[in-house]
Amino acid sequence: MPAKPRVAAEAGLDALTAELVRYYRAVGHGTVPAALLEAIGQRVGRALAERYTRDKPRMVEHLDVIKWTCKELWGEVFRKQVDSLRTNHRGTFVLKDNHFRWTRSISVDPGDLGAGAAATAATAAAAADHLHLPCAIIRGALQSLGVDCAVTADPSHLPAVDFTVVIAPPPTR
Amino acid sequence: METINSEILSLTYGSIVRQLITDLEDMDEVNKQLDVMGYNMGIRLIDEFLANARITKCGDFKETAENIAKVGFKMFLNTTATVVNWNADNTECGLVLEDNLLIDFVELPEACSKLSYCQLLCGVIRGALEMVNISAECSFSRDTLHGDDTNEIHLKFTSQKAEAYPYKDDD
Repeated sequence: MPAKPRVAAEAGLDALTAELVRYYRAVGHGTVPAALLEAIGQRVGRALAERYTRDKPRMVEHLDVIKWTCKELWGEVFRKQVDSLRTNHRGTFVLKDNHFRWTRSISVDPGDLGAGAAATAATAAAAADHLHLPCAIIRGALQSLGVDCAVTADPSHLPAVDFTVVIAPPPTR
Repeated sequence: METINSEILSLTYGSIVRQLITDLEDMDEVNKQLDVMGYNMGIRLIDEFLANARITKCGDFKETAENIAKVGFKMFLNTTATVVNWNADNTECGLVLEDNLLIDFVELPEACSKLSYCQLLCGVIRGALEMVNISAECSFSRDTLHGDDTNEIHLKFTSQKAEAYPYKDDD
């Protein structure tokens, strides 16, 4: 990593990703075509992982790659570190970010707000569209580092978001 | 203002442009969509700009262009542009952008020669100006990705609407 990285305003990236969701929602006539956002995100994740690990020794253990993701990838992309990491030691990891920055401005139409649980559901649904890109960035980075996996996000407890990484079982010989 | 490593922005923007090329195939369509996306961003980013920029209301279009070049580009892309080549009635000028982080790592293949890679920026400027009641046209006249020596955005003032208040003074 260079000593003094070039910077840009976070507001610019926020505006770009928000417009991306709006654009693809329109393309999909109201439903975001997740596969297209995933294609965009995975390319970004791959490129980031390649750049950040260029001069470092290859990480062999899946756990090391996950830890790198929680600290360094999260630091660069989401401006903080993952707050807690849990695993079932059988290939599933849950990365919890208590204040996920990319969904911090998700607002819900006041007309949709009910009381308690219904309001949370509406906000979670609005947030889900905005989580395709981050999940794909994470997945792209992990895949590029040798961790074949699926990444999903649970926004039902905003501002916290739980990202679940399920590592594909090794191919049977 | 909060900042991020510019790589994230450059890589995300590049990935979006690549996807649009795959989705739409036709470069004119891609340019058009980048402009629309930029416009939609500009109509929102203007609030961010006005909230954070320490500027007073512009007296004329020359001041407007200087604010875009010096304050706007600095705020969002951490660079400044130079305003050049004003026409006789001060309605058209060029914004020369030597350093553009959006094109870090970018090379255009032959097949994309009609692509205006940073067209989004033109849309942003157009949208932002619209929100302060200025209609303007905005396009790239020089582009380093096409082999030019620098990047230059051509800015053309077309009209200004009077500020309309949503209520009558005598109510």
